[in-house]
Amino acid sequence: MELSLVWFILIAVLWTGYLVLEGFDFGVGMLMPFVAKNDQGRRVALNTIGPVWDGNEVWLLTAGGATFAAFPEWYATLFSGFYLPLLVILLALIVRSVAIEYRGKIDDASWRRRWDLAIIVSAWIPSILWGVAFGNLVRGVPIDAASQYTGNFFTLLNPFSLLGGIVTLTLFLSHGAIFLALKTSGEIRERSENLAKRFSMAAIVVAAVWAVWAQLAYSVAWTWAAVAVAAVALIATWWGAVKERFGYAFIFNAVAVVAAVVLIFGSLYPDVMPSTTNDAYSLTVHNASSSDYTLKVMTWVAVLLTPVVLAYQAWTYWVFRRRLSVDSIPEHSEPTFAKG
Amino acid sequence: MDALELARWQFGITTVYHFIFVPLTIGLSILVAIMQTAWYRTGKDAWLRLTKFYGKLLVINFALGVATGIVQEFQFGMNWSEYSRYVGDIFGAPLAMEALAAFFLESTFLGLWIFGWDRLSKRVHLTTVWLFAIGTNLSAYFIIAANSWMQHPTGAEYNPATGRAEMTNIGEVLFNPTTLWAFPHVMATAFLVTGTVIAGIAGAWLVKKNQESGGTAKEKKARDTDRSMYRTGLRLGALVMLISGLAVIVTGDQQAKMMFEQQPMKMAAAEALCDTETGAQFSLLTIGDLTNSCDGVNHILTIPKLTSYLATGNWDSTVTGVNDLQAAYTEKYGEADYAPNLAVTYWSFRLMIGLGVFSAMLALATFWLTRKGAGPSGKWFRRLALIAIPTPYLAASFGWIFTEMGRQPWVVAPNPTGSDQVYLMTQHGYSVGVSAGEVLTSMIIFTLIYALLAVFWYRLMARYAKLGARPVDPPKKNDGDDGPLSFAY
Repeated sequence: MELSLVWFILIAVLWTGYLVLEGFDFGVGMLMPFVAKNDQGRRVALNTIGPVWDGNEVWLLTAGGATFAAFPEWYATLFSGFYLPLLVILLALIVRSVAIEYRGKIDDASWRRRWDLAIIVSAWIPSILWGVAFGNLVRGVPIDAASQYTGNFFTLLNPFSLLGGIVTLTLFLSHGAIFLALKTSGEIRERSENLAKRFSMAAIVVAAVWAVWAQLAYSVAWTWAAVAVAAVALIATWWGAVKERFGYAFIFNAVAVVAAVVLIFGSLYPDVMPSTTNDAYSLTVHNASSSDYTLKVMTWVAVLLTPVVLAYQAWTYWVFRRRLSVDSIPEHSEPTFAKG
Repeated sequence: MDALELARWQFGITTVYHFIFVPLTIGLSILVAIMQTAWYRTGKDAWLRLTKFYGKLLVINFALGVATGIVQEFQFGMNWSEYSRYVGDIFGAPLAMEALAAFFLESTFLGLWIFGWDRLSKRVHLTTVWLFAIGTNLSAYFIIAANSWMQHPTGAEYNPATGRAEMTNIGEVLFNPTTLWAFPHVMATAFLVTGTVIAGIAGAWLVKKNQESGGTAKEKKARDTDRSMYRTGLRLGALVMLISGLAVIVTGDQQAKMMFEQQPMKMAAAEALCDTETGAQFSLLTIGDLTNSCDGVNHILTIPKLTSYLATGNWDSTVTGVNDLQAAYTEKYGEADYAPNLAVTYWSFRLMIGLGVFSAMLALATFWLTRKGAGPSGKWFRRLALIAIPTPYLAASFGWIFTEMGRQPWVVAPNPTGSDQVYLMTQHGYSVGVSAGEVLTSMIIFTLIYALLAVFWYRLMARYAKLGARPVDPPKKNDGDDGPLSFAY
């Protein structure tokens, strides 16, 4: 297999890792106000992702870095072209990581309330915008002969891509609710289970519409297989939620995300960024990639390191496997700003 | 301002801001690991208290380092797309390696360390903090390697077919001679910052404890324990300052010698040395308008021959000045202004050195003052300890401003002994497809959000520093599913 194809697949794998893992982080953030009615409950929800969310986010940084190293043209056109949406995503990620870390550092109700709001909003925004970005990638954007994006902010807000935003949103809500159902007990678990049943149903509907649209308008025949797998996996997720087998539901939802990434990358190939201006201007796996030498070096690095990363991240989930309830949350012992 | 200038300002603002948080994270990750190791080995309560105390500051600081680091990963594509196209084949590799080898390690193991006090055995938990520290320091290495490549491109050739620079040797990219001096210099700086923070806070607390008197026998005993703990912290911090202060000077000197060969224009500008001189003087003070040209330069206080000595180790060597370098560059690369902003380069160089050396001197003073007994109890020492903290931070910022501004007008400076076609001027690196309005928008938003976050960061750091190293219960392992977590957000 050509190395540029290997890297195209590897970048798809990195995005899969990101969407599966940060997908439930975002879901938990978005659902925090709906599953928890007080500070203690919100802390239960937040602490289910406490030890892992930061490591999950690194999948995005790695996808970004790998795109830079393996497909510099793609990296350059994509990030300069999707400038404003990417800016909004970055701002949300910045605020979110500070908010999660700082919300519990001062024992003050209004301090926590404000950071909670930041955590919630900064989970909703990227959950929608990632879908919009992927929608535009599949659909193609105006790119000129010099590989420059020639559209503007509103070019990116088309119905197909906005629906893509609803798809990632719904998938992440479902994913987060299932994760919370697996990781909590008591009232929060019950609410999460109910939400998981509803969102997993909604996910089937919106994902089906988007996938068929993508398939008919922008894709190739073989990716129907990915659509079929996604459909089966999403129905199985819903079934798992209804039968309260949330371990299965979680796995099936992850499979659905994998199938969605296969659909997206499968429809792109051999392009990495199709141009709607002229087919000849599209960035492809071949004309956007790094030299063979660089790809070879990076392949060795990826082959050696990725299994190690997967092993220690999996171990982390094992270490923090216990379910959390309001009883697992310690009393506030932080300082306030008022004293001393 | 046009998109190019705005993109430069944005890079400068976001990067200098990012580097406020980086050095403390680099140094403190190792020092907290050392403190925890000391506790693991000796079982002494004071080490556990110091671990938890400085560990808390580390986590508060780390959050902002991560948050502002995200932008760095994407900014090259957003604002510097043409740069990214030209160098991605080489420059992308250390960034991707950083994410894969270092970011995963530091983020995952920091989570394990923060939340794992009661879930892991003492030994495994100690391992997590070390792996976090290794990840953090490894990440610094890859970034310095990437930056060094912009200062002095190695292991690359220009490919006319693709119109870009391409990697020919990964070993030369990762073990660039520039990296091998820049990395220890940055590490030494990080430890100078960290030592100062540790010593500054512990010193202020020591004075406070030394001033207290009276109370019951029990209170006195607790106070003696605290005193001994803060004295340990102060001396540890001062030791780190002293060693790293010396290392900063030695590595800085070596780096400068190398830079006289690799980027002679940067060093000539740093000295505001306009004309080539044999036995070149070192300028301490200059007045006049340095900004645009050599015409305004007016040295009023100089040390004879020192620049020649710093450049080559020989008092009588010849150092090429800005004007001759300008002529040589023009001949080789065509008509353009090849001198960096003289005022910025000249002054940032001096501020970096002055503030850095001042920090190292404070360490010496601290050792003298704490050589025996309880240590200082005067208010002046408390004040000095706190004032000392920002000093190495400023030195580090000026160091970066110097080396990045001094590289101008290049974004990839030509390597005088390497491939003579691998170079890029800054004005050819920015995103031509992004409007000035878009860059301005993002710059304003980033600056505002960063300013707001800095307020929260400072308030939390100050609040936790004021709280002091409180007594803590030794961690107990809890394998069950019941009972409260040892730590929760």
